[in-house]
Amino acid sequence: MDENRLKWFLITPTVIILLFWVIYPLLWSLGLSFYNYSVMQAFAAKPTFVGIQNYLDVLSDPVTWSRFQVTARFVVLAVSVEFVIGFILALLLIEEFRGKRIIITTILIPMMAAPIAIGVFFRFVLDETFGVTTYFLSLFGLGFKWYTPTNVIPSVVLVDAWMWSPFMMLIILAGLTAVPKYLYEAADIDRASWWMKFRYITVPTIKPILAIALLFRTMDAFKLFDLIFILTDGGPGGASETISLHLYRIAFQYFYTGKGSALAYVLLVIIIVLSNIYVRFLTRRPVETFQSSETIVEV
Amino acid sequence: MRRSNKKTILRTIRFVMIALATIVFVFPIYWMFVTSFKTRVDMFAMPPKWVFTPTLENYMDVFLKVHYTIYGLTPTPTDFDRFLFNSVLISLSSVALSVGFGTLAAYSFSRFELKGKDTWLFFILSTRMLPPIAVLVPMFLMYRTLGLMNTHIGLILLYTMFNLSFAVWMMKGFIDEIPKELEEAAMIDGYSRIRAFIKATLPQALTGMAATAVFCLITSWNEFAFAYVTSGFESRTVPVSLARIRGESGINWGLITASEVIYLMPVIIFTFLMQRYLLRGVTFGTIKK
Repeated sequence: MDENRLKWFLITPTVIILLFWVIYPLLWSLGLSFYNYSVMQAFAAKPTFVGIQNYLDVLSDPVTWSRFQVTARFVVLAVSVEFVIGFILALLLIEEFRGKRIIITTILIPMMAAPIAIGVFFRFVLDETFGVTTYFLSLFGLGFKWYTPTNVIPSVVLVDAWMWSPFMMLIILAGLTAVPKYLYEAADIDRASWWMKFRYITVPTIKPILAIALLFRTMDAFKLFDLIFILTDGGPGGASETISLHLYRIAFQYFYTGKGSALAYVLLVIIIVLSNIYVRFLTRRPVETFQSSETIVEV
Repeated sequence: MRRSNKKTILRTIRFVMIALATIVFVFPIYWMFVTSFKTRVDMFAMPPKWVFTPTLENYMDVFLKVHYTIYGLTPTPTDFDRFLFNSVLISLSSVALSVGFGTLAAYSFSRFELKGKDTWLFFILSTRMLPPIAVLVPMFLMYRTLGLMNTHIGLILLYTMFNLSFAVWMMKGFIDEIPKELEEAAMIDGYSRIRAFIKATLPQALTGMAATAVFCLITSWNEFAFAYVTSGFESRTVPVSLARIRGESGINWGLITASEVIYLMPVIIFTFLMQRYLLRGVTFGTIKK
């Protein structure tokens, strides 16, 4: 086989699988989003064309917007908490010491574990009568009910932070170790304080890597389904019902398939916008950005 | 003298903080592990029991399907072994497919000039970014029509699709690092391109393939949303079986924690085996170290 044919032949299976398993169903649901249709209705019943009615319904429904608000609160809180904890962890772990690698790997276990398993177990940990957190808080004379409309989102954020702060740490640590040592040495000669070094050397150099970490977590937090599904099931009274969970209910509990497809498309557009920004950062080589920011430091 | 004192204090503070952080991140996993070895009385004790006589009865419940009825509970047989088998079968098959196809595509992207290469790579990556629930709506309809609901092959293909984009990106990173010259030398010796790839490049890429495979394995192993919507009893995986405690009262926590420990063990072992590649894995092979 000549090379020109070979190179296309090699990517064919990948492209076919992705087209058939991603693009084809997406086109299908794009079509359905313009129909009034439920998978529960009789097979003989024809879906009726309703134009953009499903989109209007979904977007004018105040419930949708309150679910978006819950999602936004969760994403902003979770990502910022994870960023701060991750940054602190990375700063603590930047210097070499014996057993550093073991500690880093150990801290990363929550990130690799299944969110479902974590979610199930945290229902045991957080339980208001026999949970171990209840016990620890009672030592300080604190009573904390996690499953209330005000506390539920912060509680989910804490579990999510426990899982994903290590991810932030890992990436920020990579950024910190990539800062060229001679920059600090030069700054030391100039008797720069640690804050000056942090502000004018560290932060500008690791900025692109921070952006990657933040965008990655933002997208993941926005899509979060399994942890919340198992931990709170959206309750109490929809206080932790994120948009993914809401979509799950519309499509797989009430079986409003047409409406569900429309909402799915709204989410897709949001994710596509986010991932475009993300990929743009990814494809810009961090090394190049490091070099350009070095020149800024020297100026 | 004073300076070095200050240094020691700072060092100590730093190590105490590292120790505390490690404890916080390990504790829930430790607690899960410990709870799985406790009797029903011990696990609900308040204050929690730090020292206790370990029991294997929860693990026996999981595998022997015999429930101890000391506390007057009705026997609750589990089909955990079956779900575990499903998880293993589905994960391994999908990993083989996605790493296989992914490596081929990655090789092509790494070695040849393809028209619109960046667009293809972007398209492949973007399939991974989609929110699972949004993709699930059409997938559900497609699977119903094709008769793939509640089948192993349905989930295997789904996870293959899900892991493929990751495998392509990871493997492209690994193959980029293997010198082209190895193949070129082999081709001068009269090998065809394909045989040069098999003889010269593939052996060098094996570590990368193993790392990629482990990450795909963990993704499939942990996946919940697709499995929950498309699987029934026959193809049910472990996470779906765990999720079935949702809304139940009087949960048998011994049984649950023992199942979870068995389910998490391979992930923990693989995390340690893969520690060199963790950073690469979570960033689609774009940050290398």
